[in-house]
Amino acid sequence: MKDNLYKYILGIADNSLILGQRMGELCGHGPSLETDIACTNISLDLFGQVRSYYQYASKIAGDGRTEDDIAMLRKEREYLNVLLVEQPNNDFAYTMARHFLFDVYHFLFLTELQKSKDLTLAAIATKSLKEVSYHQRFSSDWIKRLGDGTDESQQKMQTAIDFLWTYTDELFHQTEADKAMVSEGIGVDVTKLKQAYYSKVNSILEESTLIIPESKYFQKGGKQGIHTEHMGYLLTELQYMQRAYPNMEW
Amino acid sequence: MTTTEQHIDPKLITILETVSDPEIPVLSIMDMGVVRSAILENEFVKVQITPTYSGCPAMDVIGDDIKTALKEAGYQCEVELILSPAWTTDWITPRGRKALEDYGIASPLDAEADKDVLLHGKRLVKCPQCGSINTKMVSQFGSTACKAQFQCDDCQEPFDYFKCLK
Repeated sequence: MKDNLYKYILGIADNSLILGQRMGELCGHGPSLETDIACTNISLDLFGQVRSYYQYASKIAGDGRTEDDIAMLRKEREYLNVLLVEQPNNDFAYTMARHFLFDVYHFLFLTELQKSKDLTLAAIATKSLKEVSYHQRFSSDWIKRLGDGTDESQQKMQTAIDFLWTYTDELFHQTEADKAMVSEGIGVDVTKLKQAYYSKVNSILEESTLIIPESKYFQKGGKQGIHTEHMGYLLTELQYMQRAYPNMEW
Repeated sequence: MTTTEQHIDPKLITILETVSDPEIPVLSIMDMGVVRSAILENEFVKVQITPTYSGCPAMDVIGDDIKTALKEAGYQCEVELILSPAWTTDWITPRGRKALEDYGIASPLDAEADKDVLLHGKRLVKCPQCGSINTKMVSQFGSTACKAQFQCDDCQEPFDYFKCLK
Protein backbone atom coordinates (compact mmCIF):
# COMPACT_ATOMS: atom_id res chain seq x y z
CA MET A 1 0.00 0.00 0.00
CA LYS A 2 2.69 2.47 1.07
CA ASP A 3 4.88 1.67 -1.91
CA ASN A 4 2.00 1.97 -4.34
CA LEU A 5 0.85 5.28 -2.87
CA TYR A 6 4.40 6.64 -3.09
CA LYS A 7 4.71 5.61 -6.73
CA TYR A 8 1.25 6.92 -7.46
CA ILE A 9 2.11 10.36 -6.09
CA LEU A 10 5.36 10.45 -8.10
CA GLY A 11 3.47 9.51 -11.25
CA ILE A 12 1.27 12.59 -10.84
CA ALA A 13 3.96 14.95 -9.61
CA ASP A 14 6.64 14.04 -12.16
CA ASN A 15 4.36 15.13 -15.03
CA SER A 16 4.11 18.59 -13.49
CA LEU A 17 7.82 18.78 -12.62
CA ILE A 18 9.00 17.95 -16.11
CA LEU A 19 6.40 20.10 -17.85
CA GLY A 20 7.21 22.94 -15.45
CA GLN A 21 10.89 22.60 -16.35
CA ARG A 22 10.07 22.76 -20.07
CA MET A 23 7.91 25.85 -19.61
CA GLY A 24 10.59 27.43 -17.42
CA GLU A 25 13.05 27.10 -20.31
CA LEU A 26 11.14 29.96 -21.95
CA CYS A 27 12.17 32.32 -19.17
CA GLY A 28 13.82 35.20 -21.06
CA HIS A 29 13.20 33.42 -24.38
CA GLY A 30 9.43 33.76 -24.87
CA PRO A 31 8.22 35.12 -28.22
CA SER A 32 6.90 38.27 -26.51
CA LEU A 33 7.20 39.68 -23.02
CA GLU A 34 3.59 38.80 -22.13
CA THR A 35 3.95 35.23 -23.36
CA ASP A 36 7.27 34.86 -21.60
CA ILE A 37 5.68 35.93 -18.31
CA ALA A 38 2.68 33.68 -18.89
CA CYS A 39 4.84 30.61 -19.52
CA THR A 40 6.95 31.21 -16.44
CA ASN A 41 3.82 31.88 -14.35
CA ILE A 42 2.50 28.51 -15.49
CA SER A 43 5.83 26.92 -14.70
CA LEU A 44 5.70 28.40 -11.20
CA ASP A 45 2.17 27.06 -10.64
CA LEU A 46 3.32 23.60 -11.66
CA PHE A 47 6.40 23.70 -9.40
CA GLY A 48 4.18 24.86 -6.54
CA GLN A 49 1.90 21.89 -7.05
CA VAL A 50 4.90 19.60 -7.32
CA ARG A 51 6.19 20.77 -3.94
CA SER A 52 2.91 19.78 -2.29
CA TYR A 53 3.04 16.33 -3.89
CA TYR A 54 6.72 15.68 -3.08
CA GLN A 55 6.33 16.89 0.51
CA TYR A 56 3.56 14.34 0.87
CA ALA A 57 5.60 11.63 -0.89
CA SER A 58 8.48 12.36 1.46
CA LYS A 59 6.20 11.85 4.44
CA ILE A 60 4.89 8.55 2.99
CA ALA A 61 8.41 7.27 2.24
CA GLY A 62 9.49 8.19 5.77
CA ASP A 63 13.14 7.39 5.08
CA GLY A 64 14.58 10.88 5.46
CA ARG A 65 14.41 11.79 1.79
CA THR A 66 13.24 15.40 1.43
CA GLU A 67 11.13 16.96 -1.32
CA ASP A 68 14.36 18.27 -2.87
CA ASP A 69 15.97 14.82 -2.86
CA ILE A 70 12.95 13.41 -4.63
CA ALA A 71 12.92 16.19 -7.21
CA MET A 72 16.65 16.47 -7.85
CA LEU A 73 18.42 13.23 -7.03
CA ARG A 74 16.64 10.47 -8.85
CA LYS A 75 18.03 8.73 -11.91
CA GLU A 76 16.31 9.00 -15.27
CA ARG A 77 14.64 5.59 -14.99
CA GLU A 78 13.11 6.58 -11.66
CA TYR A 79 11.07 9.45 -13.11
CA LEU A 80 7.57 8.31 -13.95
CA ASN A 81 6.26 11.15 -16.14
CA VAL A 82 4.57 10.52 -19.47
CA LEU A 83 6.67 10.98 -22.60
CA LEU A 84 4.49 13.86 -23.78
CA VAL A 85 5.69 16.36 -21.18
CA GLU A 86 9.41 15.81 -21.82
CA GLN A 87 9.19 16.63 -25.55
CA PRO A 88 11.32 19.67 -26.41
CA ASN A 89 10.26 23.25 -27.20
CA ASN A 90 11.14 22.94 -30.90
CA ASP A 91 9.19 26.11 -31.63
CA PHE A 92 6.33 27.94 -29.97
CA ALA A 93 3.74 25.79 -31.74
CA TYR A 94 5.28 22.67 -30.15
CA THR A 95 5.37 24.37 -26.75
CA MET A 96 1.70 25.30 -26.88
CA ALA A 97 0.53 22.06 -28.50
CA ARG A 98 2.31 19.99 -25.83
CA HIS A 99 0.88 22.15 -23.11
CA PHE A 100 -2.61 22.02 -24.54
CA LEU A 101 -2.57 18.24 -24.97
CA PHE A 102 -1.50 17.90 -21.34
CA ASP A 103 -3.79 20.61 -19.92
CA VAL A 104 -6.95 18.98 -21.18
CA TYR A 105 -5.90 15.75 -19.48
CA HIS A 106 -4.68 17.53 -16.35
CA PHE A 107 -7.98 19.34 -15.91
CA LEU A 108 -10.04 16.15 -16.23
CA PHE A 109 -7.65 14.23 -13.98
CA LEU A 110 -7.66 16.79 -11.16
CA THR A 111 -11.43 17.13 -11.33
CA GLU A 112 -11.64 13.42 -10.48
CA LEU A 113 -8.77 13.44 -7.98
CA GLN A 114 -10.74 15.92 -5.88
CA LYS A 115 -12.97 12.98 -4.93
CA SER A 116 -10.05 10.87 -3.69
CA LYS A 117 -10.40 9.20 -0.30
CA ASP A 118 -6.90 10.45 0.40
CA LEU A 119 -7.63 13.90 1.80
CA THR A 120 -4.16 15.31 1.11
CA LEU A 121 -4.36 14.39 -2.57
CA ALA A 122 -7.92 15.72 -2.76
CA ALA A 123 -6.82 19.04 -1.24
CA ILE A 124 -3.87 19.41 -3.65
CA ALA A 125 -6.23 18.61 -6.54
CA THR A 126 -8.78 21.24 -5.52
CA LYS A 127 -6.08 23.85 -5.13
CA SER A 128 -4.32 22.96 -8.40
CA LEU A 129 -7.50 22.79 -10.44
CA LYS A 130 -8.10 26.51 -10.04
CA GLU A 131 -4.67 27.18 -11.53
CA VAL A 132 -4.91 24.59 -14.27
CA SER A 133 -8.16 26.07 -15.55
CA TYR A 134 -6.16 29.23 -16.38
CA HIS A 135 -3.46 27.14 -18.06
CA GLN A 136 -6.01 25.35 -20.21
CA ARG A 137 -7.58 28.63 -21.23
CA PHE A 138 -4.18 30.04 -22.20
CA SER A 139 -3.02 27.07 -24.27
CA SER A 140 -6.42 26.61 -25.96
CA ASP A 141 -6.36 30.26 -27.01
CA TRP A 142 -2.97 29.78 -28.64
CA ILE A 143 -4.10 26.65 -30.48
CA LYS A 144 -6.95 28.67 -31.94
CA ARG A 145 -4.85 31.73 -32.65
CA LEU A 146 -2.12 29.84 -34.49
CA GLY A 147 -4.37 27.16 -36.01
CA ASP A 148 -6.89 29.65 -37.34
CA GLY A 149 -4.18 32.22 -38.11
CA THR A 150 -1.98 32.60 -41.18
CA ASP A 151 -1.09 29.77 -43.57
CA GLU A 152 2.32 29.53 -41.97
CA SER A 153 1.10 29.50 -38.36
CA GLN A 154 -1.52 26.91 -39.23
CA GLN A 155 1.01 24.67 -40.91
CA LYS A 156 3.39 24.96 -37.93
CA MET A 157 0.66 24.17 -35.43
CA GLN A 158 -0.52 21.22 -37.51
CA THR A 159 3.04 19.87 -37.65
CA ALA A 160 3.34 20.13 -33.88
CA ILE A 161 -0.02 18.46 -33.24
CA ASP A 162 0.82 15.65 -35.69
CA PHE A 163 4.14 15.00 -33.94
CA LEU A 164 2.82 15.13 -30.38
CA TRP A 165 -0.37 13.19 -31.04
CA THR A 166 1.40 9.83 -30.77
CA TYR A 167 2.24 10.65 -27.15
CA THR A 168 -1.36 11.23 -26.02
CA ASP A 169 -2.52 7.64 -25.60
CA GLU A 170 -0.04 6.98 -22.80
CA LEU A 171 -1.96 9.40 -20.58
CA PHE A 172 -4.66 6.73 -20.29
CA HIS A 173 -2.47 3.73 -19.55
CA GLN A 174 -2.82 2.29 -16.05
CA THR A 175 0.24 1.31 -14.06
CA GLU A 176 0.21 -1.28 -11.27
CA ALA A 177 0.23 1.55 -8.73
CA ASP A 178 -2.73 3.15 -10.53
CA LYS A 179 -4.75 -0.04 -10.36
CA ALA A 180 -4.00 -0.53 -6.69
CA MET A 181 -4.93 3.06 -5.85
CA VAL A 182 -8.13 2.96 -7.90
CA SER A 183 -9.26 -0.10 -5.97
CA GLU A 184 -8.59 1.74 -2.69
CA GLY A 185 -10.72 4.70 -3.81
CA ILE A 186 -7.62 6.88 -3.75
CA GLY A 187 -6.63 6.99 -7.39
CA VAL A 188 -8.33 8.10 -10.58
CA ASP A 189 -9.24 5.54 -13.23
CA VAL A 190 -7.54 7.25 -16.17
CA THR A 191 -9.03 4.86 -18.71
CA LYS A 192 -12.39 6.51 -18.03
CA LEU A 193 -11.08 9.96 -18.95
CA LYS A 194 -10.18 9.03 -22.51
CA GLN A 195 -13.49 9.77 -24.17
CA ALA A 196 -13.96 13.16 -22.55
CA TYR A 197 -10.35 13.99 -23.40
CA TYR A 198 -10.56 13.27 -27.11
CA SER A 199 -13.91 14.96 -27.45
CA LYS A 200 -12.61 18.16 -25.83
CA VAL A 201 -9.36 18.08 -27.84
CA ASN A 202 -11.26 17.42 -31.08
CA SER A 203 -13.66 20.30 -30.55
CA ILE A 204 -10.83 22.78 -29.98
CA LEU A 205 -8.85 21.48 -32.95
CA GLU A 206 -11.89 21.70 -35.20
CA GLU A 207 -12.54 25.24 -34.07
CA SER A 208 -8.89 26.00 -34.87
CA THR A 209 -9.25 24.62 -38.44
CA LEU A 210 -6.73 21.91 -37.61
CA ILE A 211 -6.95 18.34 -38.82
CA ILE A 212 -7.22 15.65 -36.19
CA PRO A 213 -4.42 13.17 -36.84
CA GLU A 214 -5.29 9.60 -37.62
CA SER A 215 -2.68 7.64 -35.80
CA LYS A 216 -2.70 3.94 -35.21
CA TYR A 217 0.61 3.78 -33.42
CA PHE A 218 1.20 5.43 -30.05
CA GLN A 219 4.40 5.85 -28.04
CA LYS A 220 4.60 4.68 -24.45
CA GLY A 221 7.13 3.96 -21.70
CA GLY A 222 7.43 7.07 -19.55
CA LYS A 223 5.17 5.70 -16.84
CA GLN A 224 7.60 2.78 -16.51
CA GLY A 225 10.62 5.07 -16.49
CA ILE A 226 11.62 4.33 -20.09
CA HIS A 227 12.07 7.80 -21.56
CA THR A 228 12.84 9.41 -24.90
CA GLU A 229 16.33 10.72 -25.67
CA HIS A 230 15.29 14.23 -24.59
CA MET A 231 14.88 13.30 -20.94
CA GLY A 232 18.58 12.96 -20.15
CA TYR A 233 19.34 16.45 -21.43
CA LEU A 234 16.43 17.89 -19.50
CA LEU A 235 17.55 16.24 -16.26
CA THR A 236 21.12 17.39 -16.79
CA GLU A 237 19.92 20.96 -16.64
CA LEU A 238 17.36 20.36 -13.89
CA GLN A 239 19.81 18.57 -11.62
CA TYR A 240 22.93 20.55 -12.44
CA MET A 241 23.31 22.44 -9.16
CA GLN A 242 22.74 19.42 -6.93
CA ARG A 243 25.14 17.28 -8.96
CA ALA A 244 27.86 19.96 -9.13
CA TYR A 245 27.49 21.10 -5.53
CA PRO A 246 25.93 18.19 -3.59
CA ASN A 247 23.61 19.22 -0.74
CA MET A 248 23.81 22.92 -1.55
CA GLU A 249 20.97 25.05 -0.22
CA TRP A 250 19.71 28.57 -0.88
CA MET B 1 -11.14 20.43 7.41
CA THR B 2 -13.76 21.96 5.16
CA THR B 3 -14.57 24.91 7.38
CA THR B 4 -14.07 28.31 5.81
CA GLU B 5 -14.22 30.16 9.12
CA GLN B 6 -11.17 31.81 10.56
CA HIS B 7 -10.20 31.18 14.18
CA ILE B 8 -7.96 33.99 15.29
CA ASP B 9 -7.32 34.71 18.94
CA PRO B 10 -8.40 38.36 19.50
CA LYS B 11 -5.13 39.07 21.33
CA LEU B 12 -3.15 38.22 18.19
CA ILE B 13 -5.07 40.21 15.60
CA THR B 14 -3.14 43.47 15.90
CA ILE B 15 0.18 41.62 15.80
CA LEU B 16 -0.72 39.66 12.69
CA GLU B 17 -2.01 42.80 11.00
CA THR B 18 1.52 44.19 11.06
CA VAL B 19 2.72 41.40 8.74
CA SER B 20 2.26 42.22 5.06
CA ASP B 21 2.42 40.36 1.78
CA PRO B 22 6.00 40.96 0.55
CA GLU B 23 4.78 41.30 -3.04
CA ILE B 24 1.96 43.72 -2.17
CA PRO B 25 3.37 45.56 0.87
CA VAL B 26 0.23 47.65 1.45
CA LEU B 27 -1.83 44.57 2.14
CA SER B 28 -1.69 42.85 5.51
CA ILE B 29 -1.87 39.07 5.52
CA MET B 30 -5.05 39.40 7.59
CA ASP B 31 -6.76 41.48 4.89
CA MET B 32 -5.46 39.05 2.31
CA GLY B 33 -7.25 36.20 4.09
CA VAL B 34 -4.25 33.87 4.14
CA VAL B 35 -4.25 33.42 7.95
CA ARG B 36 -6.78 30.71 8.65
CA SER B 37 -6.21 30.24 12.35
CA ALA B 38 -4.06 31.54 15.18
CA ILE B 39 -4.56 29.78 18.48
CA LEU B 40 -2.92 30.83 21.72
CA GLU B 41 -2.23 28.22 24.39
CA ASN B 42 0.12 28.86 27.33
CA GLU B 43 1.95 31.64 25.48
CA PHE B 44 2.52 29.33 22.50
CA VAL B 45 0.85 30.24 19.22
CA LYS B 46 -0.15 27.84 16.46
CA VAL B 47 -0.72 29.61 13.17
CA GLN B 48 -2.17 28.11 10.00
CA ILE B 49 -1.71 29.92 6.69
CA THR B 50 -2.88 28.98 3.21
CA PRO B 51 -1.25 29.95 -0.11
CA THR B 52 -3.01 32.13 -2.66
CA TYR B 53 -1.44 30.10 -5.48
CA SER B 54 0.48 26.80 -5.05
CA GLY B 55 3.73 28.27 -6.31
CA CYS B 56 3.43 31.54 -4.42
CA PRO B 57 7.05 32.28 -3.42
CA ALA B 58 5.83 34.72 -0.77
CA MET B 59 4.63 31.97 1.56
CA ASP B 60 8.04 31.16 3.05
CA VAL B 61 8.69 34.85 3.71
CA ILE B 62 5.23 35.31 5.22
CA GLY B 63 5.86 32.34 7.54
CA ASP B 64 9.17 33.84 8.69
CA ASP B 65 7.64 37.31 9.13
CA ILE B 66 4.85 35.88 11.29
CA LYS B 67 7.42 34.16 13.51
CA THR B 68 9.41 37.39 13.86
CA ALA B 69 6.35 39.50 14.66
CA LEU B 70 5.09 37.08 17.29
CA LYS B 71 8.52 36.65 18.81
CA GLU B 72 8.85 40.41 19.22
CA ALA B 73 5.52 40.38 21.03
CA GLY B 74 6.84 37.69 23.36
CA TYR B 75 5.26 34.57 21.88
CA GLN B 76 6.79 31.31 20.72
CA CYS B 77 5.02 29.93 17.67
CA GLU B 78 4.78 27.39 14.92
CA VAL B 79 3.46 28.09 11.43
CA GLU B 80 1.74 25.41 9.41
CA LEU B 81 0.87 25.63 5.70
CA ILE B 82 -2.55 24.16 4.90
CA LEU B 83 -4.13 23.62 1.47
CA SER B 84 -7.72 22.91 2.36
CA PRO B 85 -10.01 24.73 2.08
CA ALA B 86 -8.35 26.35 -0.91
CA TRP B 87 -7.91 30.11 -0.80
CA THR B 88 -10.35 32.25 -2.74
CA THR B 89 -10.32 35.97 -3.57
CA ASP B 90 -13.59 36.21 -1.58
CA TRP B 91 -11.43 36.12 1.54
CA ILE B 92 -9.84 39.47 0.76
CA THR B 93 -11.53 41.89 3.18
CA PRO B 94 -13.21 45.16 2.04
CA ARG B 95 -10.31 47.02 3.64
CA GLY B 96 -7.91 44.83 1.66
CA ARG B 97 -9.71 45.59 -1.59
CA LYS B 98 -9.45 49.30 -0.85
CA ALA B 99 -5.72 48.94 -0.12
CA LEU B 100 -5.20 47.15 -3.46
CA GLU B 101 -7.01 49.90 -5.37
CA ASP B 102 -5.06 52.64 -3.59
CA TYR B 103 -1.84 50.81 -4.48
CA GLY B 104 -2.80 50.72 -8.18
CA ILE B 105 -4.05 47.13 -8.46
CA ALA B 106 -7.63 46.57 -9.60
CA SER B 107 -9.38 44.25 -7.14
CA PRO B 108 -11.17 41.10 -8.32
CA LEU B 109 -14.66 41.30 -9.81
CA ASP B 110 -17.19 38.55 -9.12
CA ALA B 111 -16.73 35.24 -10.91
CA GLU B 112 -19.16 35.92 -13.78
CA ALA B 113 -17.77 39.36 -14.58
CA ASP B 114 -14.23 38.00 -14.31
CA LYS B 115 -15.05 35.43 -16.98
CA ASP B 116 -16.57 38.10 -19.24
CA VAL B 117 -13.43 40.17 -18.90
CA LEU B 118 -10.81 37.43 -19.28
CA LEU B 119 -12.57 35.32 -21.89
CA HIS B 120 -14.76 37.67 -23.88
CA GLY B 121 -12.81 40.92 -23.66
CA LYS B 122 -15.64 42.86 -21.99
CA ARG B 123 -14.67 46.18 -20.48
CA LEU B 124 -15.64 45.96 -16.82
CA VAL B 125 -12.42 46.35 -14.83
CA LYS B 126 -12.10 49.83 -13.36
CA CYS B 127 -8.76 51.56 -13.94
CA PRO B 128 -7.23 52.19 -10.50
CA GLN B 129 -5.65 55.41 -11.80
CA CYS B 130 -8.53 57.30 -13.44
CA GLY B 131 -11.60 55.19 -12.62
CA SER B 132 -12.60 54.56 -16.25
CA ILE B 133 -13.89 51.12 -17.25
CA ASN B 134 -12.65 51.62 -20.80
CA THR B 135 -9.91 49.07 -20.10
CA LYS B 136 -8.57 46.03 -21.94
CA MET B 137 -6.69 42.90 -21.03
CA VAL B 138 -3.11 42.76 -22.30
CA SER B 139 -2.30 39.32 -20.90
CA GLN B 140 -4.01 36.77 -18.67
CA PHE B 141 -0.80 36.41 -16.70
CA GLY B 142 0.74 39.38 -14.91
CA SER B 143 3.70 40.22 -12.70
CA THR B 144 2.69 37.48 -10.24
CA ALA B 145 0.56 34.36 -10.62
CA CYS B 146 -2.46 36.03 -9.02
CA LYS B 147 -2.67 38.95 -11.44
CA ALA B 148 -3.45 39.72 -15.10
CA GLN B 149 -2.08 42.66 -17.09
CA PHE B 150 -4.49 45.39 -18.18
CA GLN B 151 -4.31 48.75 -19.83
CA CYS B 152 -6.65 51.74 -19.61
CA ASP B 153 -7.69 53.14 -23.00
CA ASP B 154 -8.57 56.52 -21.47
CA CYS B 155 -5.52 57.41 -19.38
CA GLN B 156 -3.32 54.79 -21.17
CA GLU B 157 -1.82 53.55 -17.90
CA PRO B 158 -0.99 49.86 -17.70
CA PHE B 159 -2.05 48.21 -14.45
CA ASP B 160 -2.48 44.85 -12.73
CA TYR B 161 -5.84 43.22 -12.17
CA PHE B 162 -6.14 40.76 -9.29
CA LYS B 163 -7.77 37.73 -10.91
CA CYS B 164 -10.88 36.26 -9.33
CA LEU B 165 -10.15 32.84 -7.83
CA LYS B 166 -13.07 30.74 -6.62
